[in-house]
Amino acid sequence: MTAAVFFGCTFIAFGPAVSLFLFTIAREPLRVIFLIAGAFFWLVSLLLASLVWFISVQISNKESASQQKGLLIFGVVLSVLLQETFRFAYYKLLKKANEGLLALSQEETMPISIRQLAYVSGLGFGFMSGAFSVVNILADSVGPGTVGIHGDSQHYFLSSAFMTMAIILLHMFWGIIFFDGCEKQRWLAVAAVVATHLLVSSLTFQNPQYVSSLVPTYIVMFFMGIWAFYTAGGSLRNLKLCLTCKDKDFLLANHRPR
Amino acid sequence: MDLLSNKWIVYLALCLFIAGISCNSVENKIYVKLNYTVPCVRLLNSTHQIGCQSSLSGDVGVLHVLESEENLDFVLRSGHNPPYMVIMESSLFTRPVMMKLKNGSSRVAGVAVVEPSANPPGGFSPHTRCPNENTGVYSENYGPGLAHCNTTKWNPFGNGLSYEEFDFPIFSMKDDNDTQLIRQCYMDHNRPVNGSDPQYPLCAMQLSSHMSAVTNTPTCMRRNSISFSMNMVCDPLSDYNIWAPSKPLNVSQNGHKANESVIIVSARLDSRSFFSEIGPGAESAASGLVTLLAAAHALRNATQDAQLDRTILYTFFHGETFDYIGSSKMVYDMEKNQFPIDLDNVHSVLEIGQVGLHSSSNLWLHTDPVSMRNSSVQEEVKNLITNLKSAAAGLNVSVKEPGVTQPLPPSSFQRFLRARPFPGVVIEDYNSSFSNKYFQSMFDNADSLNVLYPPNLTPEEQLNHVTDTAKSLAEVATMVARVLFLQAGGEKTQINSINADELMVSRMLYSFLISSNNSWTQEIISLKDIVHLNNNTVNFYISVEQQASLPTILVKYLLANLTGTAINVTQENCKKESEDNKETKHLYTYFWVQGAAPPNSTERDGFCVRSTVQWSRAISPAFALENYTTSEYSTWTESRWKEIKGRIFLVASHDLEMLTLGVGIGVLLSSLLLTYIMSSKADILFSSGREPTSATY
Repeated sequence: MTAAVFFGCTFIAFGPAVSLFLFTIAREPLRVIFLIAGAFFWLVSLLLASLVWFISVQISNKESASQQKGLLIFGVVLSVLLQETFRFAYYKLLKKANEGLLALSQEETMPISIRQLAYVSGLGFGFMSGAFSVVNILADSVGPGTVGIHGDSQHYFLSSAFMTMAIILLHMFWGIIFFDGCEKQRWLAVAAVVATHLLVSSLTFQNPQYVSSLVPTYIVMFFMGIWAFYTAGGSLRNLKLCLTCKDKDFLLANHRPR
Repeated sequence: MDLLSNKWIVYLALCLFIAGISCNSVENKIYVKLNYTVPCVRLLNSTHQIGCQSSLSGDVGVLHVLESEENLDFVLRSGHNPPYMVIMESSLFTRPVMMKLKNGSSRVAGVAVVEPSANPPGGFSPHTRCPNENTGVYSENYGPGLAHCNTTKWNPFGNGLSYEEFDFPIFSMKDDNDTQLIRQCYMDHNRPVNGSDPQYPLCAMQLSSHMSAVTNTPTCMRRNSISFSMNMVCDPLSDYNIWAPSKPLNVSQNGHKANESVIIVSARLDSRSFFSEIGPGAESAASGLVTLLAAAHALRNATQDAQLDRTILYTFFHGETFDYIGSSKMVYDMEKNQFPIDLDNVHSVLEIGQVGLHSSSNLWLHTDPVSMRNSSVQEEVKNLITNLKSAAAGLNVSVKEPGVTQPLPPSSFQRFLRARPFPGVVIEDYNSSFSNKYFQSMFDNADSLNVLYPPNLTPEEQLNHVTDTAKSLAEVATMVARVLFLQAGGEKTQINSINADELMVSRMLYSFLISSNNSWTQEIISLKDIVHLNNNTVNFYISVEQQASLPTILVKYLLANLTGTAINVTQENCKKESEDNKETKHLYTYFWVQGAAPPNSTERDGFCVRSTVQWSRAISPAFALENYTTSEYSTWTESRWKEIKGRIFLVASHDLEMLTLGVGIGVLLSSLLLTYIMSSKADILFSSGREPTSATY
């Protein structure tokens, strides 16, 4: 649709993720490493899922539309389950790595907490997932045309960008909740993460009725956000403290040596 | 790491595999590619550029189907969503409409012309009214009152569109599924409802035909020489002239041949239209060359049996449309002793022009009044005309001379006259202006030449059906063959045995005008050239390829088969004869042609054809002399281009795009702000006292 739409959709999709990266991760090399490793784990899960889907499509009947639709649903469910499996695998890996890092480092304490790892790995998953969702679409949005000549909705680009933003943030929240659930053996939290992931992915089957897929997704994201906030150690009291003593602590926080 | 590296290899292999198979489905949602895209390209000569140009990535415009000339006002003034891409039927493709579009070109993104199923009845010729007026023989020094079509306009239907310069792309489209899609898209999205403007999203089209060369030939040749062959911007128009002497000439010896008096009988091999890959040239090219081929065939036995005083040189000139490229090259070669004969050997010239549309069987013999002031030339010409009249006796044609003093029509003979005053006659089917209403246009096809077949015939049956046009052309060919026999010194009593073959003429017309890939052409052509045959009408445009184009190849094999003889040698020996045999290799050329397959077998019975057919490069002498500003020779070049394509899609309004950008920037800025605030307050927000104080944030 032209450069304006390209940049607009890129900013919408990756704006929050990039700002999170810039302000919280970019300065710490260890966080960057774990972010990229998390992205790689997501990539491997996608590879496996797509391998299975590809093989099943090749051996299926290509003409039957209902069979293809069924295979697509199967592919989506499989992909979600594999992503969550790899998230768990990453958690296990990080636990082992943390012990190793502790043994290697000269300090007494762990250089990076498991909570931060949860956040970073969730964001890594989100980045990669977002990239695969939307980069293809962004590349085509640069051209002069917009979607619609065959009757599709012309809000394709915009809704893809918003969906991607939601997915990236959701992955981050899921990461925090998931790791915390594994840490405290709260398997209900883990199951909830898997269930909401399945829910959000299934909602995309509503497309092209974009409203009915985007609005529930954002509602889920909102609630997941609140849950992750509480899991990460926030509380209403902290929030009030933050909002009221903005002036004093803002200045102090920037001057305290860390 | 082994497991990891294995993973990478599998991943990479799979990635490439998948990328190779899948197509981009998002792109398919947006664009519909056009399959049949024939553009008008840019041609340059020593002073001007003509043709069409698009911007580098293609011009995008909102579709508008032009209903009438008054509807142009919408495109040029009142429409609210410029620039527009105008789709028009070919009935609106006229000079007034195109000039208005050219003048309002800031609001015009391009034009697409839909080919009609039948020729426009009123005639249409995008060529100029006075073709080749600056490179013929008439000028201020030679017949000044006759120059520049002062006495008669040869092409009265000419509107000169081919020689205008447009800065938007102009494409030609067939009336097929793609065009239906375009019309449907226009109806759905672009049609104004009740006088109000159509709402976005609107249907738009993008046409890409970016031409690299600019300004004129000297400029583009200079730019060519900068970067060698890496980034050439233009190429000279060139192809091959085909010629064959009626008795063998030693072609390795150039220059004057003692005791050779040659009669040159010529026809032109090329045509053009406004669009680059279309050039059916039925009346302007095919009628003349088919007649000459048939005449050569009719004379085959007569010239071999009788000992004739003069040699007949059957010549086909390429590039005559573009200021006489082929004939000027041949005359130049003869002057510079680079041709097996020279101008002193030439006795006279007989040219076959456009002869397909002679109404009431009248043929007109045009002569040059200026050279006829010389008494010896006048005598020779009168002799030639007398022979023509006696050759036409008993046939269904009658020859006449135009009674007034008028110049020669545009013909290759004019280039010979520029060298020296030769006696010569140009045979045409018109008196003072073309009877061809579609000269050098895409409508000069089988229909305009009345090459009509009864319905429900298979291609094979059509090939063997003798049309009326073929019969009349065969009469002309018979006359030409007989007069050549007489001119060459043959006995008058023998001319009645010289006859052209009607079936041969009809088959040739079929091969040039309907389908060049048929069973007959497959028999007479070599295996290596079969790939050039296709199932469409032949494109006579000269183009810029280094190898010969399809009409040149066809004429070469036809001339070889029709004037040559089949000799009884094997395929290897056939090749050897053309390479090794010292006596014959300078006199003859040898082709191994496929031949017919006998019934009950698929193996073709090939045979070796020995003939005197030769070919010489038809490129303007201006390029050999490297004088690109000359007005003496043709300086036409064709621009190069990277890609030609077209596609249709919907466009959204500018406001929506800006809104998207605004929302994006808003989201980015607000998330930056929020994140900054949250990260600076992180220790307060997330401090539930669980972590030791030295946890880093």
